[in-house]
Amino acid sequence: MTGPWKHWRRALVPVLAVFTALAAGFLLVTLTNGFEAARLAYSGLWAGAFGRWRALADSLVAATPYLLTGLAVTLGFRCGLFNIGAEGQLYVGALAAAAVGVHITVLPWAIHLPLTVLAGMAAGMAWGAFPGWLKARTGAHEVINTIMMNFIAIALVDVLVKGPLCDPASTIPRTANVAETARLPLLAPNTRLHAGFLLALLCAIGVWLLLTRLPLGFEIRAVGANPDAAQQAGIRVRRSYVLALGMSGAIAGLAGAGEVLGLNGNLPAAFSSGYGFDGIAVALLARANPIAVIPAALLWGALRNGAGLMQLRSGISVDLINIIQALVIMFVAADAIVRWLYRIKGESSDLVTLRGWGAQ
Amino acid sequence: MGRAVRAASLGAGFLALSGGAVAVAGSLLEGTARIGFGPAGSAVVPLRVAGIMCGVIAVIAAIGWFIGRGRGRNWYLGCGATAIVAFLITAAARGTSLDLTGLMAQSVRMATPIALGALAGILCERSGVINIAIEGMMLTGACAGFITATFARSSGIGVIAAVVAGGLMAALHALLTITHRTDQIVSGTAINILAVGITGFARRSLLLREGLPMVKILPTIHLPLLSQIPIVGPVLFSHQPIVFVSVALLVIIHIGLYYTPWGVRTRACGEHPRAADTVGIRVNRLRIINVIAGGLVAGLAGAWFSLETTGTFDDVMTSGKGFIALAAMIFGKWRPFGAFLGALLFGFADALQIKLQVLGIGIPYQILGMLPYLVTIIALTGLVGRAVPPAADGQPYISGE
Repeated sequence: MTGPWKHWRRALVPVLAVFTALAAGFLLVTLTNGFEAARLAYSGLWAGAFGRWRALADSLVAATPYLLTGLAVTLGFRCGLFNIGAEGQLYVGALAAAAVGVHITVLPWAIHLPLTVLAGMAAGMAWGAFPGWLKARTGAHEVINTIMMNFIAIALVDVLVKGPLCDPASTIPRTANVAETARLPLLAPNTRLHAGFLLALLCAIGVWLLLTRLPLGFEIRAVGANPDAAQQAGIRVRRSYVLALGMSGAIAGLAGAGEVLGLNGNLPAAFSSGYGFDGIAVALLARANPIAVIPAALLWGALRNGAGLMQLRSGISVDLINIIQALVIMFVAADAIVRWLYRIKGESSDLVTLRGWGAQ
Repeated sequence: MGRAVRAASLGAGFLALSGGAVAVAGSLLEGTARIGFGPAGSAVVPLRVAGIMCGVIAVIAAIGWFIGRGRGRNWYLGCGATAIVAFLITAAARGTSLDLTGLMAQSVRMATPIALGALAGILCERSGVINIAIEGMMLTGACAGFITATFARSSGIGVIAAVVAGGLMAALHALLTITHRTDQIVSGTAINILAVGITGFARRSLLLREGLPMVKILPTIHLPLLSQIPIVGPVLFSHQPIVFVSVALLVIIHIGLYYTPWGVRTRACGEHPRAADTVGIRVNRLRIINVIAGGLVAGLAGAWFSLETTGTFDDVMTSGKGFIALAAMIFGKWRPFGAFLGALLFGFADALQIKLQVLGIGIPYQILGMLPYLVTIIALTGLVGRAVPPAADGQPYISGE
């Protein structure tokens, strides 16, 4: 294989992994609920995701947070860090955006919106940089600490949204609506597609530029490839950990801000949809390539968006999507299975090499 | 050395700050609290005295810790932390009375799934396989155990099913990481997500219907004679079966790891698989066995949630206990007794949080709920000294290279 083919061949295993996971999901439903239910479920999934222009636009809306959290996890991976904390970073990002968006009302649009978005990113950045700093300082592993930060962020949002930030006029616990000057504009009339999707695309290009064209990105990749060698080469490894997790958190925080400013207009208490965790799957599916995150996130958005109609038409619970998602991760991560299944020749590539418990 | 010193000064500063805060808060507080040991009587403690005393002790401990060297420093840390916690408990019991026996019994109970999870982690990681999927194995165990108990109408059979389900998830982890050499952390994450999907799917397919029989939770066993001892009896010897089994497993795994051929082989595979291979140990076979054994233990921990505590199964009911178990394992430096101690610490944080909620002290429950997670982060910063994992932890082994 030469030329452009070589490039596309790298996508072969992920595509087959998605196909295999979908097929396995179909088989599962056929076994538990019968073939007719499975057929209804999958046709519902398709119609819900792409059936009409509005459904398609909604799939793009749904893809937006996956795109951003996928990028956040990708950036961590490239530095050899596993950021499981995108969920918590997204939460605090949403919280900060909601707080600034609701409580500042005198600014013009051109200042208020950027300020609100930046507040969300800053909160996410702080939430991500803290475990990075702990790792750099004490060697505490980021996997556990980012998970702990998730729980703390979720509790924090819960207590604030049900307490001081709660809108007394609302029947469900949520914040008041953010000021109109802080809303992300809609991209197309009669849809929910908002400018956050464009921001997410820009972010993907930004991360790609950072990793491939900028010195800082080179340092991050060097640390990710081999921290000892990077240290020897004079790269400040600990600084890279803090920066990579901080930027990763900022992107996840943007995801949260986008949901508040673009989609909901406020921050409800039961806000979790596991975007941060799905971001891991998206990043793995994209093999930690920021541009490949775009199609991976679109697929995820479509699956999630179609899940509603799937459940409505067939009665199969949306948990099926979780199962498909886990299978995709497994098939991508253990690509030997897919290679064996489809008799693909060639070396299996190391997806990401994360290092044990960070004993250095 | 640099990093350890920084971690220590960070922790000492944190401890001194907390001590100061406690002393200030204490001197401002009015009122008294009644602290008691069940029927054995109780004492009335004025809050102001308690606050100033505990605060001063914590600050002294922080100073001792900062200038101290060697093992003695851990004692300073222990004293300081105990003083702060003692004040928190006293403050929480302001105007009411608090039964410490109940709090300690609850701590042991809440420590059980964490201890079992940590033991499961030790089984895997001492042989060289990182297992962050303990959470998922617990969740699967909890779900499979509950569903089986519902349909078999027997909690005992449910426990067996939980253990088997944990083992099956572990077998998947072994297949992915040992046979296919997938990144162990990625595989663990996939299993965690898969567990959420499977258990949610199973719950909605099987359990959301009318007329299912109630599941009886496992009975409390009062050990004869031992449970009659005042204070110690109710704290240690009146519990449900999985609590006792976890202590038995602690002893068994400790003896197994340090005094049997299996233990030597396991540790050899975790530290230096090449050398182990050279002396004829089949590294990957042993790792597969250990990972599955760990899964069985994690499955039992799952049964604690559904069959010993609640008698129900809820989505994601393990709520991060599997990850806290990993923190306990690291806290205990990959040793069974150390990990158990860590689990007791987290169990205490959990029990305290529940107790404080019950006492209704005006702090929102979500803030109190953060307590175990904060304790985990603090424990992981290496406050108890550098935790060194098994040397080959996380590295797949390819024989004959």
